[in-house]
Amino acid sequence: MTDINQLKYSYSLRLGDNAWILSHRLAEWCSNGPILEEDLALTNLALDLIGRAQGFYKYAAELEGKGKSEDDIAYRRNERQYFNNLIMEMPNGNFADTIARQLYVSVFEYYFFRELKNSKDETFAALAAKTLKEVKYHMAHAADWTIRLGDGTEESHKKMQKALNELWMYTGELFEMNDVDSELMAQGVSVDLSMLKPKWEQHIIDVLKEATLAQPEDIYMQTGSRQGIHTEHLGHILGDMQYLQRAYPDAKW
Amino acid sequence: MNNENTALAQDERLRSFEEYVGEGKAIEPRDWMPEGYRSHLIRQISQHAHSEVIGMQPEGNWITRAPSIRAKQILLAKIQDEGGHGLYLYSAAETLGISREEMLEQLQTGKAKYSNIFNYPSLTWADIGAIGWLVDGAAIVNQVSLQRTSYGPYSRAMVRICKEESFHQRQGYEIMANMMKGTPEQREMAQDAMNRWWWPSLMMFGPHDGDSPHSADAFRWKIKRHSNDELRQKFIDKTVQQAEVIGLTIPDADLKWNEETGHYDHGEINWDEFYRVIKGNGPLNKQRIAHHIKAHEEGAWVREAAQAYKQKQAQKYN
Repeated sequence: MTDINQLKYSYSLRLGDNAWILSHRLAEWCSNGPILEEDLALTNLALDLIGRAQGFYKYAAELEGKGKSEDDIAYRRNERQYFNNLIMEMPNGNFADTIARQLYVSVFEYYFFRELKNSKDETFAALAAKTLKEVKYHMAHAADWTIRLGDGTEESHKKMQKALNELWMYTGELFEMNDVDSELMAQGVSVDLSMLKPKWEQHIIDVLKEATLAQPEDIYMQTGSRQGIHTEHLGHILGDMQYLQRAYPDAKW
Repeated sequence: MNNENTALAQDERLRSFEEYVGEGKAIEPRDWMPEGYRSHLIRQISQHAHSEVIGMQPEGNWITRAPSIRAKQILLAKIQDEGGHGLYLYSAAETLGISREEMLEQLQTGKAKYSNIFNYPSLTWADIGAIGWLVDGAAIVNQVSLQRTSYGPYSRAMVRICKEESFHQRQGYEIMANMMKGTPEQREMAQDAMNRWWWPSLMMFGPHDGDSPHSADAFRWKIKRHSNDELRQKFIDKTVQQAEVIGLTIPDADLKWNEETGHYDHGEINWDEFYRVIKGNGPLNKQRIAHHIKAHEEGAWVREAAQAYKQKQAQKYN
């Protein structure tokens, strides 16, 4: 791999992993939603994310040039070789926990893909343009529910606030950059994440205000994903996800 | 005198209703219908809706373990379709004057049934293939016949649902076909799923015609157009050939082609098992309902919040 392809590979993997791991969590809602309509809505988000993951994994495999498939990328790596942000692997918890995760992530993704759409890398730009359309819906869904739960009953307000507070510490690393970012940014390929943070924060504040909820306090931000250091949850996700591929390595499904 | 008149008017109405239906015309929600027709349809449509919804559980059991990106996508989309069918059918039943809440309560208290087949466990990935191919395959045979059922909203729901089910059936068959082309372990897995799902799939069509409790009215009112045994035979005839093509064996020693009838003869179905599972003593009856109740109860605060928010908004803008 040339240097530039190596960098793009890492970037593509990161974006693919975010979508792939979050889709896994959302799919766990199947048959568990609070109403049938919402069961379908959450798994619909999962389907969008699976499609997105497939796009970025396919590109990663292409950049790597070792003849791997997108399935090899998704199913044959270990815990330390995943680069999704920690927030993606957080358990679904109750419905408010899932909505808080969706709010933080989809607002971030909205601003992110809006920028990546202008990437000088054509594949990234095309994938971003397609993703952006979906993310707008994801963001509206999350904001609507945040407002409904925040301004619903006393119980829902409490649950929503607690969920937002607990996940806040995983939002910092969404904006974290390393050498991959700076080198790709220099070539107009990647997004300057530091620029996104104020927009993201303002957007979240606006939603929370309408929802009669308070912005969580900044106490400590957990990081690790850029180095492939995760929470304990990821290993279990992979154990489930990769079971058949690992148990029957020669099988095609 | 008055009562007599009313009774006469009722008879007259019933007669013209049956005549109308007899001509193959559709009944719509606002049309007069006999109470027996209404309650038969509510039972049948809600049972159908519940089957779609409970069916999400055995398939959902494999989503997080689907073996490829494409497999995961297809499975998740399929389950979504089933959930959508559930919604669609609940709405059709609501046109007959029952609410979704009432239907869910009937499901959770065991008053309403759902398809027996979903009380069986999905144990391996091949079961996902078998469910799509056999269970959806059996459902289609039944549903195709219901496309011309006499109640308009139900018939229209069936037309739409059949289109999607035939996709599911093909996708299930593809899983089985791929596994039969695969490693010895995969072939073994596929045959094992075939062995476990074949008989329960045949039971999906219900008891033999002579033992089917609700049939007479259903035929007269054109809710039902083909008998259980007729539909079962149709399913067997088409499925045996599909199994042969990919090298799967039907687990029935008595199965053989009958030149005279032009159909496959088959062994006797274990009706003791059928009635035992219907009565609640299948492998997973209790778990399926417990799962549904748990999700429903855990979601209660969300539904309350949505309702409270809606009321607040209504007050704000009124």
